[in-house]
Amino acid sequence: MLNLKSKVLGLFAGAAMAAGVLAAPAKAQETIKIGILHSLSGTMAISETTLKDVMLMLIEEQNKRGGVLGKKLEPVVVDPASNWPLFAEKARELIAQHKVAVTFGCWTSVSRKSVLPVFEELNSILFYPVQYEGEESSPNIFYTGAAPNQQAIPAIDYLLAEGVKRFVLEGTDYVYPRTTNRILEAYLLSKGIKAEDISTNYTPFGHSDWQTRVAAIKRFGSTGVKTAVVSTVNGDANVPFYKELGNQGVKATDIPVVAFSVGEEELAGIDTKPLVGHLAAWNYFQSVDTPANRDFIARWRAFKKNERAVTNDPMEAHVIGFAMWVKAVEAAGTTDATAVRRAMIGIAVPNLTGGISTMMPNHHITKPVLIGEIQENGQIQTVWQTPGTVVAQEWSPHLEGSRDLIADHRPPMNCGNFNVRTGRCGGAQR
Amino acid sequence: MNASTRSGLDIGSGTLRPCSHPPGARGQGIGHVRALSAALAAALVACLLILAGPARAQDHAALVQRFATESFNDIVGAVNGLATSGAPRAAPIIEALRDGRLVYRASDRAVFIRRPDNSFVSALSGEPAAEIGTTRPVRLNNNVRRAIDAAVGALSLLHPDPARRASAAEAVFKSRDGSALPALEAAIGQERDPRIKKLMEEARAAVVVANPQAAEADRIAAIGIIQRRGDQDALAMLGSLPATTPPLVREAAESAAVGIRRTLAVWEAGQNVWHGISLGSVLLLAAIGLAITFGVMGVINMAHGEMVMIGAYTTFVVQQTIRVLAPGLMDVSLFIALPMAFLVAGAIGIAIERLIIRHLYGRPLETLLATWGVSLVLQQAVRTWFGPTNREVTTPSWMSGSIEIGHLAITANRLAIIIFAIIVFATLLLFLKRTPFGLQTRAVTQNRRMAGAMGIRTNWVDAFTFGLGSGIAGLAGVALSQIDNVSPNLGQAYIIDSFMVVVFGGVGNLWGTLVAAMTLGIANKFLEPYAGAVLGKILLLVFIILFIQKRPRGLFALKGRAVE
Repeated sequence: MLNLKSKVLGLFAGAAMAAGVLAAPAKAQETIKIGILHSLSGTMAISETTLKDVMLMLIEEQNKRGGVLGKKLEPVVVDPASNWPLFAEKARELIAQHKVAVTFGCWTSVSRKSVLPVFEELNSILFYPVQYEGEESSPNIFYTGAAPNQQAIPAIDYLLAEGVKRFVLEGTDYVYPRTTNRILEAYLLSKGIKAEDISTNYTPFGHSDWQTRVAAIKRFGSTGVKTAVVSTVNGDANVPFYKELGNQGVKATDIPVVAFSVGEEELAGIDTKPLVGHLAAWNYFQSVDTPANRDFIARWRAFKKNERAVTNDPMEAHVIGFAMWVKAVEAAGTTDATAVRRAMIGIAVPNLTGGISTMMPNHHITKPVLIGEIQENGQIQTVWQTPGTVVAQEWSPHLEGSRDLIADHRPPMNCGNFNVRTGRCGGAQR
Repeated sequence: MNASTRSGLDIGSGTLRPCSHPPGARGQGIGHVRALSAALAAALVACLLILAGPARAQDHAALVQRFATESFNDIVGAVNGLATSGAPRAAPIIEALRDGRLVYRASDRAVFIRRPDNSFVSALSGEPAAEIGTTRPVRLNNNVRRAIDAAVGALSLLHPDPARRASAAEAVFKSRDGSALPALEAAIGQERDPRIKKLMEEARAAVVVANPQAAEADRIAAIGIIQRRGDQDALAMLGSLPATTPPLVREAAESAAVGIRRTLAVWEAGQNVWHGISLGSVLLLAAIGLAITFGVMGVINMAHGEMVMIGAYTTFVVQQTIRVLAPGLMDVSLFIALPMAFLVAGAIGIAIERLIIRHLYGRPLETLLATWGVSLVLQQAVRTWFGPTNREVTTPSWMSGSIEIGHLAITANRLAIIIFAIIVFATLLLFLKRTPFGLQTRAVTQNRRMAGAMGIRTNWVDAFTFGLGSGIAGLAGVALSQIDNVSPNLGQAYIIDSFMVVVFGGVGNLWGTLVAAMTLGIANKFLEPYAGAVLGKILLLVFIILFIQKRPRGLFALKGRAVE
């Protein structure tokens, strides 16, 4: 921790050299550096700060167990400040200047898109922990969050099984909700839902006046046909959205809202009594009662020195990703990116919900899908789950253009977007 | 022991007598029942419910046992079975389930009710259970909750609390459960409150319309009652008729639905106006402080939004303090937060004016950059101090929920904010028009040098005017903490809108600010349903740009010789 602090200070003070020299004799041995690329300021700080903390905890614990390959791990924390181009600059700084062996980071898809060329160019590894829209598979990125078929599609299946026939697709106006909703629309149409029974709407980031939208949702849901809202509303805007739902009396028994980006963390800021029964789809809930999860929550609370600290799905993704990386490095016997990338595929580690997650050749992991209902205490209780784990479909079979693509990063294919129709690597273009 | 001899449907405070004995036959029981007629009717209902199903104890035991499961479908089945069985303890068991207090023992699947004091009673007999070992709660999901709502609806139509009776009638309206009809008829017969009676009649109509066995004429007459109700729930009810409904009934339902839709369309316009006024009042609150600093002093204060944020954080701190020192005051916490927020934000405003802005008068570009810098400093300071995550500000109970006026849903928090905005506006207007300080401010606005020549200390007026503007931004922060996130970014969301309102309304004119805020609010809300929130905002910006081209000084331009 002391090293890290002096590093960061040194950076800002422009005295990095001096600090480095001073710190060097203190280090008895060589360390393996791990980059942490999460926003600690700006709009995304609300979500990403905890991910930085969970990484620091995991690294600390690994060091107590003796580190990796006999070397201690050293976290290098940078702050890309919710600024997408700055993510690329900071990624370059981590890899080129700090020579990190691996980076854990990013939340929004746009930040991941911004750093992707950097990781490919400098051949380094990124672990991306958040559920996203798919349609991507980079040889240098390992996706530990859910692809659409590991979250959104099962949630729709659940609603269909509940007899829902009308859908409001409500999202924030950026790439993840738009792509997810495109997939969901195609999927709903294929399931025989009529186009006039699907209403799609987007609001800007940080939208706070939800009166009109909630009134419109109530109106859309008053035809006597069972209606549900599928929400890809992201970030801060969720709090006023749920408050307005509660105030206008939209009850989960009438029009349930199933959310893909609302977790325990977001609910911590709202009075959840009016929201009981609204749904969330994730691959992990804090309420899941397994020994592994109980242990994790206890460790996290001890680390945060807060008895009420909550855990959430992207945190679990980092736990899995970190354990996989440690295993892969030990299997490869080196931290060299190419060797670790090859060793990663097929690595299996226990997840926190009582199953085993495996890294597949498409660089996504297998995950169970859980549908939960919001409880009065702000927790989410599982009401339905897949019997086993689900393999990610990074290229959605429901979208034109992505239907024919597969990703397999094993030799001899070594391709993230192999077109089975043309037999060539390189996406939908001929 | 025969179940019917000790059956009593425990719904709230009223104890109902079994049907095998006339009311009062067991002497002491009658004292609990308020009116004999009520007891008679209630007993009738209880008997009907009891006769509807087998009333033997072992059947009830089997029914209750069905709750000891992990399958939601089985739990729904158990709720429905129990509700129609007339089992003596149906109501307490179902209510316990609704509140998450129904548990079962893992070893032998015996079902218990957890009481508020964490002791357990047997669900079947109601007798206290001492050692019960490890239990699991009976789980709930939306299907179970729907079944519970329907069951509780049928069971609490005679509840002494009018609010419970009303919600029971609503529950029957939604469930349209035919088995509730006898209970409903009995309840209508003795209901005194005309509003609840109407709800119950509507519920009966819904049951009749949905009942395929009912006579066509009855169903069509019932559709008339539903049409008179005329809200979205009525529309949903009429839309949910199955395809097998006779054509005459369906035609009547469709024409009723068309009628309802026509009325609702009118109400919808009213709803848009209401939403617009509500948005307008938020804009007014955020902009009115800026109208003073920007309008009166000509300072482009980019840190204005941060004053709003500081007001919101002051509310948070005040509520934290109250929670520790005097939890009973929580409902009035906002009234304590208001003066605090005004003082804190005002003091910071004066400090900014004295330390930075006064050195930059007459240099708008530098002022803009300096205050922008201040806003970043304040944001990061708050982020360091309070953390980057949102802070939870409690909404007092009187600001939650909504009231219905006609088919207009008026949410309490929005109503409170509109009233608050009007009060702030009126107070400020009076202050500027009727007090010596207001007079001096207006004098400085109109002609700074002349005012100075008349002996007004213009630099002190500047400082206090800036403090006043900032303090009002702090007040806005208290209001916004109720509808938006209390996060370091709170202010950023409002700064652009505030400038938009002030520029559109005419710099330096409070009435202009009011008219502009309301115009923009209502225009925004009428555009949003058609254009969407993103495009609606763009259209408004384009409109303002065009408007400013035509009238550079806004709606109400200030006139005066010294207006540069």
